[in-house]
Amino acid sequence: MSKAKVATVWLDGCSGCHMSLLDIDETIIEVAKKAELVYGPLVDAQEFPEGVDVTLVEGAVSSQDDLKLVQKIRRRTKLLVSLGDCAVTSNVPSMRNGIPPKVLLERAYVQGADVNHRPPSDGVPGLLRHAVPVHEVVKVDLHVPGCPPKADAIGYVVMELLEGRKPDIAGKVKFG
Amino acid sequence: MSQKISIRIDGELIHANSDQSILEAAHAHGKFIPSLCHMKGLTAVGACRLCIVEVAGVGRLLPACTTPVQDGMSVTTQSDKLRRYRKITLELLFAERNHVCAVCVSNGHCELQDLAQKLGVTSIRFPYTYPKVPVDLTHKKFTLDQNRCILCTRCVRVCTEVEGAHVWDVAGRGVGSRMVCELNRSWGESRYCTSCGKCVQSCPTGALAEKGFAVEEMTKRTEPISRLTDLRGANV
Repeated sequence: MSKAKVATVWLDGCSGCHMSLLDIDETIIEVAKKAELVYGPLVDAQEFPEGVDVTLVEGAVSSQDDLKLVQKIRRRTKLLVSLGDCAVTSNVPSMRNGIPPKVLLERAYVQGADVNHRPPSDGVPGLLRHAVPVHEVVKVDLHVPGCPPKADAIGYVVMELLEGRKPDIAGKVKFG
Repeated sequence: MSQKISIRIDGELIHANSDQSILEAAHAHGKFIPSLCHMKGLTAVGACRLCIVEVAGVGRLLPACTTPVQDGMSVTTQSDKLRRYRKITLELLFAERNHVCAVCVSNGHCELQDLAQKLGVTSIRFPYTYPKVPVDLTHKKFTLDQNRCILCTRCVRVCTEVEGAHVWDVAGRGVGSRMVCELNRSWGESRYCTSCGKCVQSCPTGALAEKGFAVEEMTKRTEPISRLTDLRGANV
């Protein structure tokens, strides 16, 4: 039996959900038997591959690059999971949403800076007006809230998906 | 004068007092109906709409907290329809303000967060509105963060009915509704606030909190307030 192709991605988040993913202890051996990690911060692939079975998305959609990437991921993934509060609710990244990006960048890089008083322009993607949850821009198949989601919950979700079942996590996870 | 009457809740025959609401009768028999604006000892107002129930012969859903029991009434508290509507109502509460549980003083001790878990809400299907709402840190002991307010008005009622100070009110309409202190004074400038903290203890979320608490540290107790109203005989 060929292994399932699993990808993870880190959008506007703190990587805490990836830390929690790595914290699933011995379950990771079972996961490794059934899955091949084909893309994400934990592997070296540069381009998001075609034909991915499961993608775990950490982080809110906050920049032009996030948006393009998550749309590409949706096209190339069978089952897309929003992992953690930033992906599910936009969480902490959304706390900037009350302030227009231009004003925000001025505040941080001009008023808040001692030297080089200008917002960065080269090599960084433009901010979207709002940091939004993943499901506001593409279809999401499963939401796993938590900041971060407990390792047990992630282990359960990943194993269920790899077994071909849809995990029932209602009541087992919470926001925050 | 209250009379003993019989009603059915989820098919089970129970005895209730005629001056009780459906919610009170259900609670007295250990039945769970979700609610956020209800607090024992305060006037019921039906603000949150989470305690909606089906009453046989009535074509619409009724809030259990403001609907009095009637002899022979048959009430359904759990059904697919109710679960669907309660989830919608709860999700709209989340979408209406900026509830960032991860950085809230009440994370882990919040009635809104708990209820989302109990009702199996794992995402909000409605677009978030990201409103810009005020935060008032002018009081020497307490904080008001309207990002976390669900307009349950427990603070308004506890301050008016129990403390007798009537510091809090709701200004505006619909999604523009905001908590105001004494006709829109900052809390620190309040002339009538006794700093008793009953509003803080009554608040189901982290909207009202004590200063000096970090994320997850704020726990609250409503029982002493409910007990006080019991002792006064003012329990409605």
